[in-house]
Amino acid sequence: MKCHVQTQVNGEAVEFLCDPTATLLEVLRDTLGLRGSKEGCGTGDCGACSVEVDGALACSCLILAPEVEGRQVSTIEGVASPEALHPIQNHLLKSAGLQCGVCTPGIVVAAKHLLEQNPNPSEEAVRYFLAGNLCRCTGYDKIIRAVLDAAAEMRGEAA
Amino acid sequence: MSEAMDFRVIGTRPVRPDGVDKVTGRASFGADFSLPGMLEGAVLRSPHAHARIKRIDVTAALGAPGVKAIVTAEDFPSVAAGAIEGGEGGGDFADLAGNVIARGKVRYHGHAVAAVAAQTRAQALAAAALIEVEYESLPPVLSLDAALADNAPLIDEALKTKGLAEPATTASNLASVIEMGGGDLAAGFAEADLVVERRYQTPTVHQGYIEPHACVGRWVQDDQAMLWCSTQGAFDVRSMTAKVLGQPVGALKVIPSEIGGGFGGKTTIYLEPLSLILSKKSGRPVRMVMSREEVFRATGPASAARLDLRMGFAKDGRITAAEVTMAYEAGAFPGSPVGPGTMCVFAPYRIANFRIKGLDVLVNKPKAAAYRAPGAPQALFATESALDEAAEKLGLDPIELRLRNAVEEGDAAIYGPKFGPIGMRACLEAAAKHPHYLRPKEAGVGRGVAVGFWFNVGLQSSAEVHINEDGTVTVIEGNPDIGGSRASMALMAAETLGVPYESVRVVVADTETAGFSNVTGGSRVTFATGMAVVEASKDIIAQCCSRAAALWSTDQEMVEWRDGAVHPRPGVNVDAQPLSLKDLAGQAGRMGGPLLGKASLNAKGAGPGFSVNLCDALVDKETGRVEVKAFTAIQDAGKAIHPSYVEGQLQGGAAQGIGWALNEEYVYSADGVMENAGFLDYRVPVASDLPMIETQIIEVPNPGHPYGVRGVGETPIVAPLAAVANAVSASAGVRLTELPLSPPRVLAGLDQA
Repeated sequence: MKCHVQTQVNGEAVEFLCDPTATLLEVLRDTLGLRGSKEGCGTGDCGACSVEVDGALACSCLILAPEVEGRQVSTIEGVASPEALHPIQNHLLKSAGLQCGVCTPGIVVAAKHLLEQNPNPSEEAVRYFLAGNLCRCTGYDKIIRAVLDAAAEMRGEAA
Repeated sequence: MSEAMDFRVIGTRPVRPDGVDKVTGRASFGADFSLPGMLEGAVLRSPHAHARIKRIDVTAALGAPGVKAIVTAEDFPSVAAGAIEGGEGGGDFADLAGNVIARGKVRYHGHAVAAVAAQTRAQALAAAALIEVEYESLPPVLSLDAALADNAPLIDEALKTKGLAEPATTASNLASVIEMGGGDLAAGFAEADLVVERRYQTPTVHQGYIEPHACVGRWVQDDQAMLWCSTQGAFDVRSMTAKVLGQPVGALKVIPSEIGGGFGGKTTIYLEPLSLILSKKSGRPVRMVMSREEVFRATGPASAARLDLRMGFAKDGRITAAEVTMAYEAGAFPGSPVGPGTMCVFAPYRIANFRIKGLDVLVNKPKAAAYRAPGAPQALFATESALDEAAEKLGLDPIELRLRNAVEEGDAAIYGPKFGPIGMRACLEAAAKHPHYLRPKEAGVGRGVAVGFWFNVGLQSSAEVHINEDGTVTVIEGNPDIGGSRASMALMAAETLGVPYESVRVVVADTETAGFSNVTGGSRVTFATGMAVVEASKDIIAQCCSRAAALWSTDQEMVEWRDGAVHPRPGVNVDAQPLSLKDLAGQAGRMGGPLLGKASLNAKGAGPGFSVNLCDALVDKETGRVEVKAFTAIQDAGKAIHPSYVEGQLQGGAAQGIGWALNEEYVYSADGVMENAGFLDYRVPVASDLPMIETQIIEVPNPGHPYGVRGVGETPIVAPLAAVANAVSASAGVRLTELPLSPPRVLAGLDQA
């Protein structure tokens, strides 16, 4: 028996049918075709599937799809506007804060969430906040710098 | 080429061509591809570390909902032995086939036994659980000692040790022995004022790429089979998969996706043949994606190793003699990287009297795969720890001790060839002057120094350069971009052609669109494929010169290429105006057709990479926890084409090496089951574990590359193991020789101090 779910994804009304055991990540990727969220572990350890649900940061692999009924889901696909990338995206590009790029969507979603909560985080605060987003390529250095630079730009300071 | 070479775009830091796709989630990785009518696959894996397969019954599973096909070893041809060439991990085709799907015997917990294709992944998993397999369990062999013991259970009953002076007559778990030596070992040790003798051990670790293995296979009767997959080398996937399936390579087309990390672990095949035979039996495309648990249990890892090392030193720090026996776990099939390990172990030093012995040993664990400088981190962990101890005991500065023994240009490397220009001394001198080395240590902090080394390889590469009608440039090559290589290729093409970086697009193409290239591995892409891009660009320049000369009714010697245009040499034709790439491309239809440059080569002269790492670490003596307070990676890049991505290699390698040194290891139960097969318990470094990682790029140009490039991808992981261990030993006040330096092990070390 499938579940019928009505929800909002990146501000658009969406409805879908899914198995009761389907994860939000599976539905985003396979049913809705939003494949920017990645499955790196399926156990909430790597953060590559990070999304926001009603403004809360979450691993979409740990949420059952029927749970998002009537809620607001934000994914990597909704971060950039048609006119411009988000400052975090720009600074990741500028700082070479990605190598393979598979963790990058999750990093962008998590870092954006952080800067909305705390516009002026310390290096340590960024490191602890992003501790749930694994990157195996960069050693984090350039990611942390990109997030700090994006924060400065968003505060109106010269990055 | 000279050091004074003046570059226009090389050495700048532009945004990578594929960057926007990767920060917006548009880039398509292995699991992101799908086809209409596609089925989902799942693998049934062995619950035993070592067992004979008596019987497999798929009847019940075939009748389960949604199931379209099931395969076992019976569906695959038997594959003859033969060496795999051009890959990074080495090995044999018959073993490769046996690792893809177990035949007669399972050799590790997680070994593939059968695979199912069904309409959904959940159905495939449910059906896999219905496959009945009768096993006769055998005692697992889980350590070097157990594997090499008399009367040890045999993992491969037909395996005879290779490399012995007298051919082996009986089977054993010792796959091969490598020996080399030089000078007079006894005389060397007799001359020594100090001998350091220790056993060093490193654990099984995983590459830990964030993207699990994934592919889609489509078999079409009487037509070419297609494979979409995440890999470091589409051509290697093609040759390996064709071999396992008993097909000619032309029967298969491989289309590489973007790749979510590999570090050597995606230079071989696991799922690809399974998906194709499932597709053949079902008549539908089949997608297969590993779970993280499967990645840990059935792919990679890097070999655990044990090194028994003895080094003699004169009072002035000169190494008088060195000998080592290095035993590496190959996993369930022969082919650990002990070979390169033996070549690296003493490579950074002048040692007249030495003996090196390497053992490749089978154990009931997953077959080892390449991991960044395969074999070298384990080897240099031992040597660099011993040098640190010697420096301490001789009262010498650890950098000075290394400088007194450092190899230089013209020295014969211990593994044979003569070194050309190398950065060993330059890296050490930079480290001695580095602010990190000069600043006072905080209280309780230990500071470690270590050298890293890797050969780097060349191998085969191809590239095409197409000039579009408006003078913009398309580069076609076949090496998946794992860390910004499109940017490096575009920079080298732009530099050579004299056009803006932004006018160059780089396409990583499939096995029928690009010319052959070996894997993205061996630190070879910027070097070898970069060289092909430069050569293909020069081909364009030659064509442009020839066309301009014809237009100006003069000889080719009377024109020259400079600043992105053909110029007449002085006095030839006073009316001739320079012709840019854009001018010539626009007139291609009247001048010999499209401008298409190409190059294919077998790159020689990959310059070896040297590095020096500095680490400050603080041990909490109550808990045994180690904090890395500061880390600096200094490395010779020859010439950094895109310095940010070179720094990124240094930083990423440092982080992986720190993980190897402090946290990471496979934990096995007594019956051979990995107990920490997930990112929660197999803990790779997270952002809050690490400090900023300082980098310093040294540039000793490699004469083997037109712009001086030497590979940078692998050397960065070699030095951190010893740099961290030396720092931790200094902070703890006791020499620690077994990785990882996890809290319990550090506490145990402190107890013995």
